[in-house]
Parts: sequence; C-alpha cells; structure tokens
Amino acid sequence: MIDFGNLIAAQPLSALLADYPVVRDFFLNLNLPPLNEAKSLADALLEADDDWLLEFGLTREEIPSQLAAFLTTMTAAESGRAVTSLTIIGGRDKSGGAENIELHIEPGTVVSIVGPTGSGKSRLLGDIECLAQGDTPTARRILIDGAEVTEDDRFNLEGKIVAQLSQNMNFVMDLTVAEFLEMHARSRAVGVSGDADALIKTCFECANSLAGEKFTPETKVTQLSGGQSRALMIADCAYISQSAIVLIDEIENAGVDRREAIALLAQSEKIVLISTHDPLLALGADKRIVIKNGGISAIIDTSAEEKASLVELEKIDRLLYNTRKTLRAGGQINDLGTL
Amino acid sequence: MKMITVAGPPSSGKTSVILRLAESLKLNIGVVKFDCLTSFDKARYKAAGIPVQIGLSGKFCPDHFFVNNVEGGVSWGLRNGIDVLITESAGLCNRCSPHITGITSVCVVDALSGVHTPRKIGPMLKFADIVVVTKGDIVSQAEREVFAWSVKQANGSAQVLSVNGITGQGAFMLSKKVLEAREITSLTDSRLRFTTPAAACAYCTGETRIGENYQMGMMRKMEYEI
Repeated sequence: MIDFGNLIAAQPLSALLADYPVVRDFFLNLNLPPLNEAKSLADALLEADDDWLLEFGLTREEIPSQLAAFLTTMTAAESGRAVTSLTIIGGRDKSGGAENIELHIEPGTVVSIVGPTGSGKSRLLGDIECLAQGDTPTARRILIDGAEVTEDDRFNLEGKIVAQLSQNMNFVMDLTVAEFLEMHARSRAVGVSGDADALIKTCFECANSLAGEKFTPETKVTQLSGGQSRALMIADCAYISQSAIVLIDEIENAGVDRREAIALLAQSEKIVLISTHDPLLALGADKRIVIKNGGISAIIDTSAEEKASLVELEKIDRLLYNTRKTLRAGGQINDLGTL
Repeated sequence: MKMITVAGPPSSGKTSVILRLAESLKLNIGVVKFDCLTSFDKARYKAAGIPVQIGLSGKFCPDHFFVNNVEGGVSWGLRNGIDVLITESAGLCNRCSPHITGITSVCVVDALSGVHTPRKIGPMLKFADIVVVTKGDIVSQAEREVFAWSVKQANGSAQVLSVNGITGQGAFMLSKKVLEAREITSLTDSRLRFTTPAAACAYCTGETRIGENYQMGMMRKMEYEI
C-alpha cells in the first residue's frame, strides 16, 4: 500500500502527474484553476485564489488529503479479485422445501441453469450477484473460496467479482468500438502496465470472430447489430472485465456464435453460469442446475451420452443455421442434404 | 426513527428505488418529497401505502427551502410512528446537496445518463454515503464498470450499489445499509455537509425583467472574453 499522503507532499506536481496521470482527472473534478506544476500540491495551492476556494467549499488543507484518498481508491480499482471457487449452498424452494445441495464450481467451468419460465432461474442468478448469505427469500448461501463473505466484502465486492450479460443490455455510449475498449481498459487502469493496446487488439479481434457480421474499430458501439453487440460484450467480459464470475441470462440466437462465446469465457478462467432454454447451451455446459418451484431440484453432470447427443444436435443446429443463411441470401430450400 | 436523505437528478429513478427499498425493509416508511413546481409521485407512494408529504419550493431556492423544512419532516415522522423517514429531493440544482452530517445519505444516478455524469453532479453525489446506480440492467457490463469507476472518481469513499428500480434487484443490499442508519429524534444543531448558495437579489423576490437597472442585492457578474 503506497502512502500517497507522503508522496503528494514530497513530489512536485509534474512528477506526480507523470506517475499518476489520473491526478489530472482529480483536478478536473474539482475544477481547480491551473496550478504551478513545478511545485508540490500544497505549495501550488498557496498561490490559488482564496475566494475561488471558498466558492467551491474547499480548503487548502483538505485538497491534498482528498487527493491521497482519491489515488488510494483509483489504484485499488485496478486490482480485481481472483476467485478460486464459488460454492452454492442450498436454501429452500417456494413452498419452503429444503434444497439439500451444495455445489462447488471452479474457474473455467460452465454451469447451465434450466427450468420453466418463472421457475426461479433469475432468482438464483440474483442470489449469486448479491453473494447471498442466507438472507434472501431463498435462504441460499454463496461462498467464495470456500468461505462466507463478510458484510463489508459484500459491499466492497459489489460489481467487482460478478459480471452480468443479458438480452436486454445495450451500449449507450457515443463512442467507437476502439474508444470504448480503451475507455474500459483505462477505467481498470490496465493502461498503466503498458499492455493495454495489445489487450484491446485481442479483444477486438475476438469480438469480430464471434460476430456473424464483421465490424471495424471505427464503428460506433451504438450502431452495432444485436449479435455484434453481444459479441463485443462477451469478448470485453473475457479480456477486460475484472470479474471472475460471469452470469448470463439467455443470449440470443442471431448473429453471434454462442457456444464459442461461452467457451471463450471458460478459457479465460471465468466461472460461467448461464440461464438458458437453448438445448445446445444447456448440454454444452459441464453441469446443469435444474430449477423447479423456485428451488434447485437437481444438479446433473453432463454425461458422455449427452455429449454424444450434443454432436447430433449441433448437426441439426448447423442445418437450421445454413437454411436461415440460404433464405436470407435469397436462395431456395429444395434439398436439405446439400445444406 | 431512522432517517436517510435521497437526492439525484430528475428521472434518475429515486421514487422507484425508494419504493423497492420499502418493499425490502418491511417497516413503516414515511417519505417527504421536496420538489420545485410540481410533483407526480404522491400517487405512486399512496398506491404503495406509504405516507407521504410533498413540499414544493415554488419561487424559493429549493436548497434553502429544504433546510427550512426538513426538521418539520422529522417531527411529522415521529408523530406518525414512522420507522424510517426518507427525504426525496428532486428540485435541487447541481450546486447543492441535501445531505446532513450523521444522516445516511443516498445519491441516485442513472447509468443511461452518460459516463461522465457522476463527475458533473457535484456535492449531491460527492457527499453521499451510498451512490445507487439505476437502469444498469439495460447497459453493458463494461459501461456499468466504467460508470462505477466514474462514481469512484467523484466520491472515492461512497458505497456504489446497483439497484433495478423495476425488479428491485439490489434493493436488498441497499436496505441493509439503511438499517445501519442512526436513530434520531431531532435535527436541530445538525449540519449540512455542503453550503447552500448565497441568494438575496432582486430575482429572489420575484423580479423577472432583464437589465442592469433591475439587478439589486447579492449577485455576481461573469467576465466574458473580448
């Protein structure tokens, strides 16, 4: 842990800015007037106008300590938390019946969640998202690395170890794909280590290979098709997002290679849980959780026979895919054997 | 009685977050809604069976209006056996914040409002204990992460929570924080976390005409470039 208080007091601003460019953001956030960067912050502030400081409710004493706190927060943001395992300890279903299960999931594992609409699949994803500790309606408990999660950790880890992807998500920023990836990488401070460019490039290429139709780094993220958006979100989750656990709520069929996408997340050593009605995704997972009446009714390991069935199902899927492609291209479907 | 202050830009989802929070808390909630000219939220609170008082600042500075009336809200809450009193302020400019030292403060921001918004909102976010991000379910994970980072830039010590105002996902975590709020019986001698603006000029008292001749009292002139 760096003592930013001392660092800020000892260095001229120019040196501080060279090491921590994010300091510039801090000055912008406070709307500070231009400071003499040859001096330390405290000395430079002596030259700042009193009225101006008063106007913005600031004192000279506060600003260096606020900057120290800011740098502590910003540098902490870059360190994601590695997760070696996720454990789901059963609670109860809608009728109060005990689930009696304990499921241990390790990085690189894909688990699908199946069950009728309204059966409680999203509730299970919700329990994982908030790292439930027996205090949600299902009374389930979620352990990280085999241990209970303290209240403080639940808040501090919020949004940091669990990423979510769903059908309803869109890009809303007015940025190109390249700008968008750079901004995300910067927020994770991966840029500091200097390999951001390579990471962004890998991420972009991967998103393009997942997408049915290609796009350029200059495309606006808001102009991407549904499939391209999903592909970019998945590649970004795999390469740039710090979250160790990825929750997916049904991703659509069109324009993105779903199976390859899920495999990519698993290769990135993520723990992937995917709620789905799609037989290929359900069987493509290592295990599947069956939900009935709000509770986990079974956990099934995908058997060798099921994997063999999956190969057959993929052929059918491929046939449907080619049929769709032919129809879209204005062709006719006279002989299925040629597709 | 516990008390929290909730502030945020218009249409960021404050009322929805409070309604979902109320469902999660299962206590007697009372709301004092501070707004400027109109408020449409009374019906939503009534429908949820939540007692509500509406304060419209009208021609007065909304921030000053809040400070002048918030104590009355505490008395109202105590008289009515409220367990958790929530003030909801929509009618604030970005210059101000209704947050009070020692009172759990929440700022609600909308993930759709743009990634730099948290850095523009000012004291209402900067001095909040908890920043609730709404509408995160419809933006990408990456944008949520960048948005949270932007919040951290403006307020490094805040707890950032994502709450879905429609389904209530995340409201449960917010309710846990609210239950930690301090018990109060009065706000007298408490302090605001940030000053309200000075305002005692002709326009404060109803002047609408433009021109040097009508400008009296405390005011400031911009220095335009030539």
